[in-house]
Amino acid sequence: MGRYIIKRVIMAVVTLFIITFLLFLLVRIMPGNPFPSERMSDEAIAKKRAEMGLDDPILVQFGNYIAQIVKSGSFGKGSSLYNGAPISSVLPKAMGNSFRIGGIAICFGVFMGLVLGIAAALNRGKFWDVFCTVLSIVGVCIPSYVFMIFLQYFFAYKVTIFPFYFNNRNFLISAIMPALSLSLFSMSTVARFTRNEMVEVMDSDYVLLAESKGMYGTKLTTRHVLRNALIPIVTVIAPLIVDLLTGALVVEKIYGINGIGKLMVDAITGEGIDYNYVLALGILYSALYIGIMLVLDIVYCLLDPRIRVAGNKKKKKKETGTPAAREEAVQA
Amino acid sequence: MSKKKNAAFSYEENTYVPTAEDFVLDLNQDITTDRNYASQGFWKGVFTRFFKNARAVIGLVIIVLIIIFALIGPGLNHYGYSNIVSVVDEETGKEITARSMPPHIPALHKLFTGEDYDDLFAEHTFIFGTDSMGRDLWTRVWYGARVSLLIAFVTIFIDMIVGMSFGLISGFFGGMADNIMQRFVEIANSIPRLVIVGVLATFMTKGIGLVIVALLLTEWIGMSKIARAEMFKIKGQEYIMASRTLGAGNARIIFKDVLPNTIGPIITQMMFSIPTAIFTEAFLSFVGVGIMLPQCSVGSLIEDGFNNITTLPYQILPPILVLAFLMLAFNFVGDGLREALAPRIEDM
Amino acid sequence: MADKILEIKNLDITFTTTAGPVHAIRGVNIDLERGETVAVVGESGSGKSVVMKTAMGILAGNAVINKGEIIFRYKEDDGSTHEVDILKKDKKWIRKNINGRKVSMIFQDPMTSLDPTMTIGKQLMEGMIMHMGLNRQQAAERAVHLLDEVGITDPAKRMKQYPHQLSGGMRQRVVIAIAISCNPDLLICDEPTTALDVTIQAKILELIKRLQADHGISVIYITHDLGVVAKVADYVNVMYAGKIVEVGNIEEIFYDPKHPYTWGLLSAMPDLETDDSRLYTIPGSPPNLLHEVKGDAFAPRNQFALKVDSLVEPPMFKVSETHSAATWLLDPRAPKVEMPEELKKRIVRMLKEAKQDAGEL
Repeated sequence: MGRYIIKRVIMAVVTLFIITFLLFLLVRIMPGNPFPSERMSDEAIAKKRAEMGLDDPILVQFGNYIAQIVKSGSFGKGSSLYNGAPISSVLPKAMGNSFRIGGIAICFGVFMGLVLGIAAALNRGKFWDVFCTVLSIVGVCIPSYVFMIFLQYFFAYKVTIFPFYFNNRNFLISAIMPALSLSLFSMSTVARFTRNEMVEVMDSDYVLLAESKGMYGTKLTTRHVLRNALIPIVTVIAPLIVDLLTGALVVEKIYGINGIGKLMVDAITGEGIDYNYVLALGILYSALYIGIMLVLDIVYCLLDPRIRVAGNKKKKKKETGTPAAREEAVQA
Repeated sequence: MSKKKNAAFSYEENTYVPTAEDFVLDLNQDITTDRNYASQGFWKGVFTRFFKNARAVIGLVIIVLIIIFALIGPGLNHYGYSNIVSVVDEETGKEITARSMPPHIPALHKLFTGEDYDDLFAEHTFIFGTDSMGRDLWTRVWYGARVSLLIAFVTIFIDMIVGMSFGLISGFFGGMADNIMQRFVEIANSIPRLVIVGVLATFMTKGIGLVIVALLLTEWIGMSKIARAEMFKIKGQEYIMASRTLGAGNARIIFKDVLPNTIGPIITQMMFSIPTAIFTEAFLSFVGVGIMLPQCSVGSLIEDGFNNITTLPYQILPPILVLAFLMLAFNFVGDGLREALAPRIEDM
Repeated sequence: MADKILEIKNLDITFTTTAGPVHAIRGVNIDLERGETVAVVGESGSGKSVVMKTAMGILAGNAVINKGEIIFRYKEDDGSTHEVDILKKDKKWIRKNINGRKVSMIFQDPMTSLDPTMTIGKQLMEGMIMHMGLNRQQAAERAVHLLDEVGITDPAKRMKQYPHQLSGGMRQRVVIAIAISCNPDLLICDEPTTALDVTIQAKILELIKRLQADHGISVIYITHDLGVVAKVADYVNVMYAGKIVEVGNIEEIFYDPKHPYTWGLLSAMPDLETDDSRLYTIPGSPPNLLHEVKGDAFAPRNQFALKVDSLVEPPMFKVSETHSAATWLLDPRAPKVEMPEELKKRIVRMLKEAKQDAGEL
């Protein structure tokens, strides 16, 4: 078990390193110009390039970049955003905003999804089951940003219950709408997955055996059904977080939140593309993603005795990414 | 025992009283043909099951309708998706653009009020109204739907060519090749799509091309996993071994023996990756990385609508509805196909 | 004769599925005397398991019971005797009073019938703590004893293990230990050996037989394997398409079968001395019960089918006190039809072998 975790951690670090290199390579060697050429003379560009070390061999550049990150935690300066302020001074605040809202959204979404899914599975064919099905169809078919726009339009414009834009000074009340709209997708996915997983476990032989032993009601549900049904839910959380990362982009645009999503959009849609920001944010996003996957993987192993006891060989196949893969998992 | 709402079924008693003539051997009947399972081809079964599923049929109808409208919708009038509609005011001689008009349908107006419009655009029909620049929304929405459908076809292409071949090859050869290919998938899978878009944006011009390249780099992964898993499942079965002992080559085994038997999960996966891709395009266009003016897609139209939502809330509805119906329809068809391809007899 | 522990009378069940109602059980009668062993034999899908799950009150939610009774007679610890109709009781009552306590069940696949996230010991103790009012300590002691009784080595260590750490045969022994943990009166074995290796099959059957003798349990076997039936059963019920088509004691069914379906089953048993180079199989497949069956459900596969078979369903014809079969061939108006020649020879052979075995004993 310990060996397996160490192996996973090493693999994650190596993957992150490779990705960092790939991103660096793409951003630095691909055609394209980091400086707005209309406004700068050729000599000025050449001088700037030399200053930034852009004429060194690519490996040297990469080495310097990594050394700089490791030594001082600095990702360089932005060229156009925030008047060229150091990225490391802008990032923490943006991350704080994004993580707080994203964290609320995922916790709320997963919790509500679990409650709904369990209610649906225990009342098959009744109100909560139908509600859960409808919610999952809505969650799949209506992009979360459409939901966000409607929430904003009706509850902040038509009826002013909530502020139109996010406001850090008034965090709680202004975070409700963005978090709620961001959580819709996680809620519907978790609800459907929990429901299907529960139903499958409830139809399994071992629950039949438990029933034929005389177990019933809450005892049966908590001891035999929930425990088995909830472990695989860890595997859908990873794709949900990925979705959250992209969802954050839109939610930050709609509610005017200064988070990393907005930073990313600004960096690539601005007048001149901010190479350093794209690179820094790319590494940050990848690191986040890899880190979350790693944590979830380890949690999964700790929860499931089949893996925990059997050791590192029988790693259960995990599905990630597309809704279809999730579907497959649900069907399997 | 059973749920109360389940009413018991009652079955008719057969009251026929047999006569002596009935007691002879029935020699005409042919017991060697199995009437339960015979004469039902696989695809025929899939077909019947699919069309028995109301949701799947609804999904299919919606897709066909959207395709028809996307093809003929923009041609139903002479506005063009990027033209700003304007008329010359005869009194003042000024050119007036049809900016931000609500839905404007002279025929309907006449039907309900008995009068013609008395504004400058009395002759013009704007079914969905016009946008803040004065372009016809009906034309733009269906033009946007074309973009979404184009994305759908690109996705099918990516899934079939890149994802499927990668997965099948990786699964078929196994061992070292599979190991290397899977490390590659792992790394590719660890880069969020957003990051890929960001990096692409540093050296590509923004637009539909960037969206397609981003999809090309990310969308194949899901399919390759499914194809690989299917390949592993089928590779171990006896008939592949039989084919191999009969001297079949790799290509023959992959394309003749394995592919036809993996088609179910692959088609299903494809149907589900289409809405994901359409959504990705709409999302990128909404954020401003996708399609660029004066072209439009459903996503960019939603963004337009969002920017004017407080003043012109009706503008956002048509593109949202088209997008929602597309997503819904592809998901319904995907569900229907999955159920039709792998029917599950309910637990008895 | 009066001590019938279980009487299933005219049970009729329909499943509501997305494809439509499936009339899976079409009037089933099964009797079981206390201390005896009854086997229910039939092809997969004939509804054998459904009947037994109904008796356990663990039927799937989409099942509708149209009519019938399941009478179960048992003694409480205080000596009072009770007679209940399982179908009239609610789930909670059945769980509390019947399941595990009076009636236990062993399932087909030991690989899936144990909870993968719970240790063997916990799963074994659960029922005892609930039904017998033991505390954890007592339950654990009894659990170790039970594991030892079903032939599991090093029981104390096994208690702490998870199901995936045990082999299939071991797991089935654990399932059996769970089943007998609360001293039930009736044990239902749903294909208990089908998923196991041949070598382990015999051992498990012997184990069940031994426990039956030691604890005085009545047993119902559900199986498609006539070999198993021959080894364990006193009475046999042959089931086809949701109906019992022939019932009799073991000699009657094996040496004097009356129903063409039973003929088919017996002919299809693998046998070392059959002259044919090919193993006989019953042609066709069981009917799809989505469609209501008209006449005799077996007629389309029956080479001895009469014209009347496609018109009316045959009633049960009594052959002897214990033996009856549902086939129009037993009607006095029917032409005389003999069982196939090959099967006759086989029965003669079986009789001879049985005599030899008896002689050896």
